[in-house]
Amino acid sequence: MTQSNTVEEIVSQPYKYGFITEIETEKIPKGLNEDVIRLISAKKNEPDFLLKFRLRAYKQWLKMKEPDWSGLTYSKVDYQDLVYYAAPKQDIKKKSLDEVDPKLLETFEKLGIPLSEQKRLSNVAVDAVFDSVSIATTYKEKLAEHGVIFCSISEAISEYPNLIEKYMGTVVPINDNFFAALNSAVFSDGSFVYIPKGVECPMELSSYFRINSGDTGQFERTLIIAEEASSVSYLEGCTAPMFDTNTLHAAVVELVALDNASIKYSTVQNWYAGNEEGVGGIYNFVTKRGECRGKKSKISWSQVETGSAITWKYPSCVLQGDNSIGEFYSIALTNNCQKADTGTKMIHIGKNTKSKIVSKGISAGQSKNSYRGLVSISPNAEGSRNYSQCDSMLIGDKASANTYPYIQSKQPQSNIEHEASTCRISEDQLFYLQSRGIDFEESVSMLVSGFCSDVFNELPMEFASEADKLLALKLEGSVG
Amino acid sequence: MISSTSETILSIKDLHASVEDQEILHGVNLIVKEGEIHAIMGRNGSGKSTLSKVIAGHPSYKVLSGSIQFKGKDILELEPEERARIGIFLGFQYPVEIPGVSNLEFLRVATNSRRKELLKSELDTFEFEDLVKERLKIVEMNPTFLERSVNEGFSGGEKKRNEILQMALLEPVISILDETDSGLDIDALRIVASGINRLSQPNAATILITHYQRLLNEITPDFVHIMADGKIIKTGNKELAIDLEKSGYDFIDTNTKEKEMAK
Repeated sequence: MTQSNTVEEIVSQPYKYGFITEIETEKIPKGLNEDVIRLISAKKNEPDFLLKFRLRAYKQWLKMKEPDWSGLTYSKVDYQDLVYYAAPKQDIKKKSLDEVDPKLLETFEKLGIPLSEQKRLSNVAVDAVFDSVSIATTYKEKLAEHGVIFCSISEAISEYPNLIEKYMGTVVPINDNFFAALNSAVFSDGSFVYIPKGVECPMELSSYFRINSGDTGQFERTLIIAEEASSVSYLEGCTAPMFDTNTLHAAVVELVALDNASIKYSTVQNWYAGNEEGVGGIYNFVTKRGECRGKKSKISWSQVETGSAITWKYPSCVLQGDNSIGEFYSIALTNNCQKADTGTKMIHIGKNTKSKIVSKGISAGQSKNSYRGLVSISPNAEGSRNYSQCDSMLIGDKASANTYPYIQSKQPQSNIEHEASTCRISEDQLFYLQSRGIDFEESVSMLVSGFCSDVFNELPMEFASEADKLLALKLEGSVG
Repeated sequence: MISSTSETILSIKDLHASVEDQEILHGVNLIVKEGEIHAIMGRNGSGKSTLSKVIAGHPSYKVLSGSIQFKGKDILELEPEERARIGIFLGFQYPVEIPGVSNLEFLRVATNSRRKELLKSELDTFEFEDLVKERLKIVEMNPTFLERSVNEGFSGGEKKRNEILQMALLEPVISILDETDSGLDIDALRIVASGINRLSQPNAATILITHYQRLLNEITPDFVHIMADGKIIKTGNKELAIDLEKSGYDFIDTNTKEKEMAK
């Protein structure tokens, strides 16, 4: 049908962030062994406990096998052919932004993340990570006034080793899975957030991850701790240049919410997806998990996944504290040869715990988009409830969508609801919009936005319109 | 309002069109001039709705031969959105629901695309809200409709009023209203009809597609056309509609038979 062909043309539009920044980079030689891990740790002046943590993880990793249960097929990564540490050459510690290489500032500005004092966003603090290192964090002082710590994980390791030692690896253990073990051994940088007791973080916190080098694996590590009765909203953005080789991105994110604390974690993932034939692009193999350790605590994940050749991630909530709440709101848009296998796990352990899952998958081209999720209710989780809704939209007739909801309940007094639907962009809806003067492209993107609106409503304000634009951009192109 | 110097807005000549490879229109001829109100009546399946969709450019309907001109310009090559922008409006018999898309935002984008064509400035959210609130009065709609998703959960009557609201905002040159009266109770019919009357302009025209005479009690047509088997088989004034109401569609059959016999 010509109509759907045109829709397919629309969803294929060039990647806007594919440029490379020419900058002198310090890289260590390719390959992975104990010495490399010692070298990374030494470069970062890490305390002994952390080196030991890395080495333990490495030993575990050696014993583990790359998983293949998902049915995702990809050319396997040669782990000895990757660089595990790359950093733009500059003086070790930057006091102020003026000292940061202007090229780096320019790069982030081009990506829509201005860092300089005049231009930076007024209500969002940003930690900008370039390849393996954090180059700048804005509004640190202002946050410090409230006792909020927001800095790179490297800085946190040297400044707040007690917090790191207490929490790192407690949500995602080093042997959790193959990629988490690898990350634990070689992670380079990432963000650290600590919200003290009773504090409501005064602004949005945000990390922006940029992969620049082609043969470098990106292994960032994020740790967010919300003490009793505190709250924070954090968001994460990612882009990478276009390379015809596949770059591995294996991050670990750990969230800890104590009594009455709340963490909202939002992601807009727009890593390079590879070309139309599926050459190149990022392998996005990420472990994200949050623990509601305290009573009445709440963790809410929202994600807009538009990039990467392969996305394989399940941001999860372990609902330990009684009356705690877990939420997962997801939009995954795949096109061309992209594959996404994403979803969540809601593990109900405490009494009266609640979880809600809303997933919207949009597949175009020949892409494959799967929702995979687990709702598990343990014997002690009396009075627990879950509601899941998984909707898929197909564009064209070569794309596929799957839903794999796993439900395990060992508690008869629990309540689990699941709804799922699959639809195509309807010709009648398109014609209705067009017959009001709205052009085809805009009509398609309006319908897609409408389909995703339940999730957009959950994104932080500044961010919702950005995400909407990103989807529109992905759906934009030249129509004949 | 009609004078011999009135400009022709729509001129349809010997139009043949099909849907799913089945020919539905078998040679429709119709001329609509400024200031005129036309009613097209006919049984289900006579091709009335098909005609309206073909004029608006629905991609499932193929024009096999013949022409449609709008103000002297052939429009068959134009996309539906281009037809809308130059002032062709189709009021749907069954307006679709579009979940998640805000009615207000939809109306604003639509209005601005028409305004752009008319070289008027585009309206921002605040300016548009002022305009839409004023136009809401024409259809006696509650502003809460603006907050909802397009047509989602609207009753039949609310959907039709939302169509007339769109007509009020887009200020079309020709409005084709496809069974706007169907499924309306007396009150809703009166509101919709008075909206249509208030919106009629000396330099614009309206085509009412309807099954029943009752809408024509509220809106007086200048011409009544009867469609059967993909053609306009009879044209008259509003008396024709009244005759039709009295004797039912069988009277067409008799007439047609007579004609056939005469041949």
